[in-house]
Amino acid sequence: MTEDGIKKIRTTTWSGGPGCHGGCGVIAHIKDNKLVKIEGDPDHPMNRGRLCSRCLAMTQIVHHPDRLTKPLKRIGKRGENKWQEISWDEAFDYIEEKMNKIKAEYGPESMTFSMGTGRDVGAWICMLAYAFGSPNVSFAMSGNGCYSPRIAATEIVLGDYCVFDGGQWLPKGHNDPGYKVPECIVIWGYNIPASCPDNIFGHWVTDLMKKGSKIITIDPRLSFFASRSDKWLPLRPGTDGALAMGFLNIVIKEGLYDREFVKKWTNAPHLIRQDTGKLLRESDLDPKGSAQNFVVWDKRANKTVIWDSGCAGYKAEVGEAALDCEFDITLANGTKIRATPVWTKFCARAAEYPVDKVAKITWLKEKDIIEAAHLYAKSKPASIQWGLAIDSTPAVTPTATAIASLWSIMGNLDVPGGNPIARYAYNAVAYALPGAKGVIKLEDKEMDKKRIGYNDYGPFREFIWRTQTDKMFEQIFTEKPYPVKGMWLQCCNLIGGTGYDPKKWVEALKKLDFVAVTDIFMTPTCQMADIVLPATSFLEKDSIRSWWVPLQTINKAMTVDECRSLIEINFEMAKRFDPNFKWKTIHDLFDEILAPSGMTFKELQKKGWSIPPDGNPSAPYHRHERGLLRQDKNPGFQTHSGKVELYSTLREEWGLDPIPCYEEPPFTPISRPDLAEKYPLILSTGRRSPVFFLSEHRNIPWLREADPDPVVEIHPDTAKSFGVENGEWVWVENWMGKCKLKAKVTPIVPRWMVMAAHGWWFPEKEGAEPSLYGMWDSNINQLMPMGANGKDGLGTITKHLLCKVYKVNGDF
Amino acid sequence: MAKKPEYGLLIDYEYCTGCFACQVACAQEHKWPAGMGGIRVIEIVENLPNDKHYLKFMPIPTELCVLCAGRTKKGEKPACVHHCMAACMKYGKIEELAKEINKPRMVLWAPRA
Ligand code: SF4
Ligand code: SF4
Ligand code: SF4
Repeated sequence: MTEDGIKKIRTTTWSGGPGCHGGCGVIAHIKDNKLVKIEGDPDHPMNRGRLCSRCLAMTQIVHHPDRLTKPLKRIGKRGENKWQEISWDEAFDYIEEKMNKIKAEYGPESMTFSMGTGRDVGAWICMLAYAFGSPNVSFAMSGNGCYSPRIAATEIVLGDYCVFDGGQWLPKGHNDPGYKVPECIVIWGYNIPASCPDNIFGHWVTDLMKKGSKIITIDPRLSFFASRSDKWLPLRPGTDGALAMGFLNIVIKEGLYDREFVKKWTNAPHLIRQDTGKLLRESDLDPKGSAQNFVVWDKRANKTVIWDSGCAGYKAEVGEAALDCEFDITLANGTKIRATPVWTKFCARAAEYPVDKVAKITWLKEKDIIEAAHLYAKSKPASIQWGLAIDSTPAVTPTATAIASLWSIMGNLDVPGGNPIARYAYNAVAYALPGAKGVIKLEDKEMDKKRIGYNDYGPFREFIWRTQTDKMFEQIFTEKPYPVKGMWLQCCNLIGGTGYDPKKWVEALKKLDFVAVTDIFMTPTCQMADIVLPATSFLEKDSIRSWWVPLQTINKAMTVDECRSLIEINFEMAKRFDPNFKWKTIHDLFDEILAPSGMTFKELQKKGWSIPPDGNPSAPYHRHERGLLRQDKNPGFQTHSGKVELYSTLREEWGLDPIPCYEEPPFTPISRPDLAEKYPLILSTGRRSPVFFLSEHRNIPWLREADPDPVVEIHPDTAKSFGVENGEWVWVENWMGKCKLKAKVTPIVPRWMVMAAHGWWFPEKEGAEPSLYGMWDSNINQLMPMGANGKDGLGTITKHLLCKVYKVNGDF
Repeated sequence: MAKKPEYGLLIDYEYCTGCFACQVACAQEHKWPAGMGGIRVIEIVENLPNDKHYLKFMPIPTELCVLCAGRTKKGEKPACVHHCMAACMKYGKIEELAKEINKPRMVLWAPRA
């Protein structure tokens, strides 16, 4: 299309720039290799013409005067902000030499690779790391506390991941005749319109509200949804697990759950030995039996029957599998034991959370908990969409398994308008994420055992092919069991955004022999680099986007100076490191990733996007019944037992509590009354701004004007008692440190909590140390400790620390 | 006396999430620098009885709104309406839009244009 010399190019958002998890269809208006305008593509199934402020500001992003445009090599000390422009060839040679030196002296695992969030970053950094020979790819947040803990927890329960159903798998979206509008949507710890995470377009929820969906909001803060909810539960941060257990108790006690589903599709009937407290296995009854197979009690025939996990079926006819009572069983070695079905244990666990107890833990009213449980349980279908708040607690796995168990036993799993299983469209998977093993993988299994965290935590062996961040952080200082000597940071503002305890991170980075950073702008993190490589936005690259639906191509619309896309940068380096590197061009690689779709890059590009048709294992619904989830095509799930595991075989194996429960987080007024005396307010952070993506965009005029200062939201009564007025600069302080934020006095936060904006640095201020773009003034992560993770190495304390707040004297 | 306005913007502000897409869309379309533009989004926290509150967002056309004359002439929607994330804005003839006020929490703006 052309009009006044303007080319209109259709593409997909996914990069630094809008920053988001992307997937929106856009039409870029390009004139003379310049972006003159960007519009939402009215035909695109994700956004249908709409577009967020960040994407609409792309002209100010791609043509920003401060854009990194040439590779930079450090000439001063780290942090001095002294750079020399070099050519790409010089940059690649330099990196190759530095990284090979680390490999030769310490081994490839001493080089680590750290990605920022989402945004077409992860696949390609894995490709580079694996070509180099290192298993150590990380997402450098404490407890890997963003998204992958929830994915791993859901995998534990049902062998796949789920998201809320906004009609995204159907050609006509939520207007499709195959879709059902959820009667109720639970928005759990999530300001979805501001963030579009999990490859969900946040405003599908507002579309559905217009069509009658009722809303339950679980959030201590009065969000857009909280104001418009049928039920709003402003719980104490970090107590989501107790609330989920309370919900389970109510639906079980009142018989509101789907008993047929529980019987047929979950491991509720599998027996647990009372002597060991562990699952009874076929091998206990028969020395030749498999330890992977389980045992149920047939009530009619009064005998045990074996559940064959391998094919997800019983070995003999079962009249009726018992869900309750206790049974005497004789083991192969003659020992007599008593055994109880999983369901009995699960119900007993839920019963430990009566509503009065849950109200006491969560600081909610009993009536509100009961009414919310009833609204969710009686709505058919009902959908739960959870957010980052779930990952932001050390007990993320017990919490998330409770919630995933809830939507499963309520019969909302993989039904229209419920919680469908979310798979990569057509199973075209670029790289190993929980639940999917992609084209890009580490071939050397022995090497993987050196991955930091592999030996410490079950989920890191089974699902999460990343380093455990806190262990890596520790290892930089201890150098045990082996030293970490280099880090490649890819669109990752570790110092100004992702990293807790950033002062210590600066120390860590300074300790390394080699640091490379790729980004589109200078950041505090770039200041720690030896070399900075200028990356592209989505407008300046070819790439693919394979994440739930649709399957899409990203199409190069323009170029900016010497910027190169992450895939091009990583590809060039990978070729240098791996003599057996498989692909000749990036398009060969795209074609291989896309192969399961039956389309090449060129073919998909022509279409723009593609949604897998019904019958494809990546398209809902009712796939467990239709034999679409398992490789052997039998009905069931791809968990170890082939069933929805209300009692986790994996957690049992890892020595962790196999049944969901609540654990009080480590720094709360309840667990640490001593600290709460000095720091009386709950400090919560990480709430999203509609105009910023994490630590991006502070330098984009149209966006910054909408959210100009780092704020801390504080209730009017609390502000008064601390002598703070609206718009004043205040110190927010705890035992870790302090930072200056502007008080936004507002009743949208409870009296006992403040909400601090995160990711703040000031691109307009001096970049060299000690300033680091004024980052030490307002980076809330200075109050956040590393290492406060769950028993499985996941989760962190983003939403529930403690602090005090007081006026800053003097100006700022 | 000023001419009777013919066209306007109908906002179903119940669904406005305060996302700023309209504000930035207008700035992009009409090349306004930061700080200026045809529409501004404001946040209002309303105090209600019994310690309850309501969080409201409202897009307000300014003196600079020209109702996207250039776009509407070509049959396109105004930039803000096209991009509104909550699809809660509608452009049209004021008389027609008035008939569409069939639910509470709506406002019909007749900007200076
Ligand atoms: S943030 Fe949301 S609306 Fe904006 S481009 Fe990304 S997915 Fe689309
Ligand atoms: S109608 Fe056009 S000029 Fe008016 S506010 Fe919307 S985008 Fe701006
Ligand atoms: S784009 Fe729509 S939802 Fe967003 S602020 Fe403007 S009117 Fe509100």
